[in-house]
Amino acid sequence: MCTTCGCGTDKIRLDGKALQQHESIGNLSHQRAHNTIDAHYHSHAPGMHPERMVKIERDILAKNNQYANRNRHYLCAHGIFSLNLVSSPGSGKTSLLVKTIRALQETHNQPLAVIEGDQQTDHDAARIRATNVPTIQINTGKGCHLDAHMIAQAIQQLELQNDSLLFIENVGNLVCPASFDLGEAHKVVILSVTEGEDKPLKYPDMFRAADLMLLNKCDLLPHLTFDADLAIKYAQRINPALQVIKISATGGEGMPQWLDWITAGCRKTFITKHLPSR
Amino acid sequence: MRLPGSVIVGYGGYFLLADWTLHELSLTENVLQIIEDAAQHQKFSRVKIVWLEIGLLACVRQESLRFYFDVITQDTIAHQAQLKVIEVAGLGWCEQCTCEVPLTTRYDPCTRCGQYGLKIIRGEEMRVKELEVT
Repeated sequence: MCTTCGCGTDKIRLDGKALQQHESIGNLSHQRAHNTIDAHYHSHAPGMHPERMVKIERDILAKNNQYANRNRHYLCAHGIFSLNLVSSPGSGKTSLLVKTIRALQETHNQPLAVIEGDQQTDHDAARIRATNVPTIQINTGKGCHLDAHMIAQAIQQLELQNDSLLFIENVGNLVCPASFDLGEAHKVVILSVTEGEDKPLKYPDMFRAADLMLLNKCDLLPHLTFDADLAIKYAQRINPALQVIKISATGGEGMPQWLDWITAGCRKTFITKHLPSR
Repeated sequence: MRLPGSVIVGYGGYFLLADWTLHELSLTENVLQIIEDAAQHQKFSRVKIVWLEIGLLACVRQESLRFYFDVITQDTIAHQAQLKVIEVAGLGWCEQCTCEVPLTTRYDPCTRCGQYGLKIIRGEEMRVKELEVT
């Protein structure tokens, strides 16, 4: 806890080590804040300066977007196809990711890497590491999403290979990750059939920001009253261009389409990288 | 800072209302960072008023924003600064009717032809406009 004001200093951790905080997007630089205010009290008498207006005109997320653009440029230049997986907690993201990695390992020889985001613990990273894929765990502490600066540091530490595939599993949350561009090629939103059909209408930002929706746990449909067509209709009402794949990590339904979608993205990234620059 | 009907939980040293989203917390932290950056470059040491421009389609709860702003800015140059929000109404564009359509949600249909998936041209803004400083 900060000894000056008592506010929280939950650390963001990369594989258990504290992330460099001084440039962090989502965290207060407490000491700097205190220094600024202390300097004010010590060096000026109150009321010495008249009030004035200062034009700012800056997007609240401008700094994050700068880091995201830098990440995007780096990933494209190295032919790395990156996917940001987003969903509510419990949608089966990690299980689906493990199945996807195992399937890709059998059929493709492309190098893979994973950035795993959770508020606490490295349980999910341990599950991914069991597939022998290089994985880095980001613990966001009090943060409810990954931001582009965290990803920039994780990319450096992972030492990604050229022409590879990077999965970013975001913190389970359908609200905040929608606003934070990480520099990924696509956001992939996972909705499971054990949730409500109207989730796309309740959390429209995420479904608007995504390019692909995976409707997961479809093997359970016969046992539920979930209306898959209605869920897809709602999602495409928010985002008419949203592609949808009905999938089951457990049963394997839809996995071939999902793998084809990934492969097509990798190929496109590879071609874009090797296009002669104009 | 207790509101009727809300549950207060301890969270990272702050006391937050459990039924409020954390989205606005992240945004408020970014607002403070912009203010602190501006203070270094434009040499001011106290902020009295912060003007934000927030689109009505940006899914930002103003009550949450104000609450977090008060918490986050304690012991900073923006302590006790007033937060003023300029609301920007939603506006969409219908390709079919080639006209502008007022929007109250992101997924409103066109008021003329009923088509969904309008292009949003206004209402998603989240900007720090200006500051009154001393």
